[in-house]
Amino acid sequence: MQTQTDSGLSGQTRPDGNRRSKIIADRVDVFYGLSQALKSVSLNIEENQVTALIGPSGCGKSTFLRCMNRMNDVIEGCRVKGHISVDGEDIYAPAVDVVQLRARVGMVFQKPNPFPKTIYDNVAYGPRIHGLGQTKAELDEIVVGSLQRAGLWDEVKDRLDQPGTGISGGQQQRLCIARAIAVDPEIILMDEPCSALDPIATARIEELIDELRSNFTIVIVTHSMQQAARVSQRTAFFHLGDMIEFGETEQIFTNPRDSKTQDYITGRFG
Amino acid sequence: MSQTNEHIVKSFDEELNTLKTTISLMGGLVESQLTDAMDAFRRRDAALAERCQQTDLETDQLETRISQLVIRLLALRQPMAGDLRTILVSLKIASDLERMGDNAKSIAKRAVTLNQLPEVSIVNGITRMAVLTQQLLAQMLDAYASADLERAMTVWGRDEEIDSMYTSIFRELLTYMMEDPRTITSCTHLLFIAKNVERFGDHITNIAESFYFQETGEHMIDDRPKGDASSTQIVHLDPED
Repeated sequence: MQTQTDSGLSGQTRPDGNRRSKIIADRVDVFYGLSQALKSVSLNIEENQVTALIGPSGCGKSTFLRCMNRMNDVIEGCRVKGHISVDGEDIYAPAVDVVQLRARVGMVFQKPNPFPKTIYDNVAYGPRIHGLGQTKAELDEIVVGSLQRAGLWDEVKDRLDQPGTGISGGQQQRLCIARAIAVDPEIILMDEPCSALDPIATARIEELIDELRSNFTIVIVTHSMQQAARVSQRTAFFHLGDMIEFGETEQIFTNPRDSKTQDYITGRFG
Repeated sequence: MSQTNEHIVKSFDEELNTLKTTISLMGGLVESQLTDAMDAFRRRDAALAERCQQTDLETDQLETRISQLVIRLLALRQPMAGDLRTILVSLKIASDLERMGDNAKSIAKRAVTLNQLPEVSIVNGITRMAVLTQQLLAQMLDAYASADLERAMTVWGRDEEIDSMYTSIFRELLTYMMEDPRTITSCTHLLFIAKNVERFGDHITNIAESFYFQETGEHMIDDRPKGDASSTQIVHLDPED
């Protein structure tokens, strides 16, 4: 297991040909009360790559996603066993500040959920909480920069004082992405970020994901296998709480090794 | 990994089946084209030669039909994994079969030309080679239809026999022509016929390799044993003759 925090090779291929692992999950079990939602899942999320988690409903993919920034903590009766580390640090260690963790590991949800605030304040919200951007000028810079990186700036620059809920669904989702990146996270988790969007808005988000990958490590849960195929470099297939297969996206979609993966991605069970 | 379970969407299975049946149908036509062409050649029967050429039109139509099916499946089903490979491989197999149909047609045309020339005894060697080719083609098509990879690999290994038969026919024809230049016209046509039969064998191995990819997801790396040494053949007339 790798423990170094910065090899100086972030985003690049290491001399041994492997990318650096940003997140390492080691034999993770998750229980909701008595029922086990994840069974001994081990996988590593590589830095500056998009990793897609796919599988039928109830397979545990969203549960696994939520483990990576401890969103499961807020669910009553949810227990997480095993180890998950980000840059070698155990994120379930007692000393970990969950608020700080979630600043490092941001999240974008299925349904765009902007705050009932102005577009500006939506993006400025996180930086303010975390004490980033001490002056108005610094905060402005963060807001503008985040909106630009989220590909939304040109569409909203003239109406930053209008409510974030008043723009289209696709724009709202990009606003949520801008809000997530405003606190400068290292990892962005996306839970079906396009399932409420039309194909054009979906294409914009997918293009954005590809651009964001150079600065962030991205993990995306999606029900659309075509989307997983389009945006990710690596894909993990989950089924009934087990991680069945994990590999290069191209290999998973052209030549899966496991018959369950094959059956799922070719539409033979679901 | 080959497919066993059915799709949740039944019409997808139906379309994939249509694709496979159309390939088998096309394969059957090409088999009959080769039979007709070789019978036309052996029996000096112009009617059979004509039938072979007519069948080639149907073969071509089926190839078009297969490309249409493939485009439809790719556009409407967005196939993945084994399905994707099956569909792409269909296109390649259809293209090999189409070329085989053309080879048969070319044999049929030359058979008609040869009818106007005196008979040459070497015809038997070419016939033997064609009989083996017909067998291998039939076995290959059966292996494809029944998803029998082992059988397909056996066929793949036997192309060598066709190749070495071709090499010896090549030598024989060269010798023949040198001994009696009056046979050059016939022998040249025979050489092309032999070459066309030999090409059949190459397309059969292509189909075997495509089918291997369809079933395993891997491209074949092994070099096939090759028996065609015709490109390096030099025949000298013995000075004592």
